[in-house]
Amino acid sequence: MKKSITFAALLGLLSLGGYAAAELRDSYVFIEPSDADHPLDEVISGYEFRSHETRALQADDFENPGYLLLDQGIELWETVEGEAGKSCASCHEDAEDSMAGVGSTYPKMVERNGKPVLTNIENQINHCRTENMGAAAWKYDKPDMLGMTVMIRNVDRGEPVNVSIDGDAAPYFEQGKDLYYQRVGQLDMACSNCHEDYYGQYIRADHLSQGQTNGFPTYRFKWQGVGSLHRRFSGCMKNIRAEPFAKGGEEFLALELYLGYRGQGLPVETPSVRN
Amino acid sequence: MLIKTAPIFIALALATTAQAGEIAPGDVKIVDGSVATPLTDRPGDVERGKGAFTDRKAGNCLACHLVTSLLDEQQFHGEIGPPLDGVADVYSAAELRAQIVNSKAANPATIMPAFYRITGFNRVPEKFAGTILSAQQVEDIIAYLGTLKDE
Ligand code: HEC
Ligand code: HEC
Repeated sequence: MKKSITFAALLGLLSLGGYAAAELRDSYVFIEPSDADHPLDEVISGYEFRSHETRALQADDFENPGYLLLDQGIELWETVEGEAGKSCASCHEDAEDSMAGVGSTYPKMVERNGKPVLTNIENQINHCRTENMGAAAWKYDKPDMLGMTVMIRNVDRGEPVNVSIDGDAAPYFEQGKDLYYQRVGQLDMACSNCHEDYYGQYIRADHLSQGQTNGFPTYRFKWQGVGSLHRRFSGCMKNIRAEPFAKGGEEFLALELYLGYRGQGLPVETPSVRN
Repeated sequence: MLIKTAPIFIALALATTAQAGEIAPGDVKIVDGSVATPLTDRPGDVERGKGAFTDRKAGNCLACHLVTSLLDEQQFHGEIGPPLDGVADVYSAAELRAQIVNSKAANPATIMPAFYRITGFNRVPEKFAGTILSAQQVEDIIAYLGTLKDE
């Protein structure tokens, strides 16, 4: 109970005072790490590192360009497709109810063919499409997939990220952690070099954040559109001249779970706005 | 080396054979934080070095380091590493060479890339198979750093 009160206070800050506070550097809204072993002293949304203009755009639902895709997602929810003659709504009815608690808890373990596997929202969407609707899988980072993912995650906007890393998820968590600290590419850097060791500092013109995932899929000026978390991972790997892993593949799923843990408690912001 | 049109060819050439009169990446010896012998027999050039230092596709050193004398002509200096103002008062050319060739020899945990090394990397795409900087670019950058004096 106490937690939810603090959380409401935090949300108040994010929507009102968060970006009104003038100095970018000393005015982070942060939350306490989820446990004593957590690698960070303070957990901060990427929102805090962006300019006032960018933050204002995210905070205004009518101006936020990510909402165009959200509308598309709402429409697709009701759209019948595939051999079974069903839409998402045929099985799940009202998304506001049935999808509550999804965006803040994925990626998570689900059973497939009797085996526990780690799944993110995109993979779950495609599972429903191919298995339950008899429809073709959507491709990563195409508007249909992005719209639906944005819509589902947006149902949980403001809810604290709460991924489970125990039990069957533990090996994925360890894999994600290893990848986070693994140096890759010709520039020979790990995610941790930029997002743990130097967040808050400028690397050339870029103000480094903690590389948190709570805002994804995000609208990025650089992309002139909305993109997935795995697209961002891929971009960071290419920037350090590394061969990226496949979007939707096991490595990025494991990384997604591990980063969920690093951002445990941050409010879901989808669709966020970034530069 | 990082020209868009021909990166694979040139990178391969660098990775396998050093040019005549150059020390190959695998043969550079770091002793007591120094590389005494220049990597090429052609002396470093200050102007070319300044270019390689600032070019985002070459050294991109400003990503992490501030150089006050470059503020007029180059925007956005990073703040990840120490400012390099006066660096030539503190370090010899041989020490600067060691830091640029393989910064990890002095500090294994550093974020600074190793600019003249080809082993020990993970998941490097074919087109980046060579060193980040050529031997000559390293020498040129050292010549440029030699001009950064306070005293
Ligand atoms: C050379 C530095 C560097 C490395 C290494 C790096 N990133 Fe990033 N990353 C950036 C920059 C710059 C941005 C954009 C500004 C920001 O949010 O930090 C960014 C943004 C992100 C974001 C978006 C954060 C947001 O709130 O929008 C995520 C997620 C991310 N990185 C994850 C990763 C992961 C995972 C790795 C390792 C595979 C990685 N990064 C490696 C520099 C780096
Ligand atoms: C991604 C960040 C990064 C880049 C790019 C980078 N450096 Fe560094 N550099 C550092 C850090 C951090 C240090 C501090 C010592 C250490 O960690 O090894 C450093 C230290 C140095 C030092 C020693 C300075 C001192 O006062 O001790 C020199 C000289 C240097 N760098 C030169 C260069 C040159 C030349 C380039 C480009 C060819 C370059 N650096 C690119 C991060 C970087």
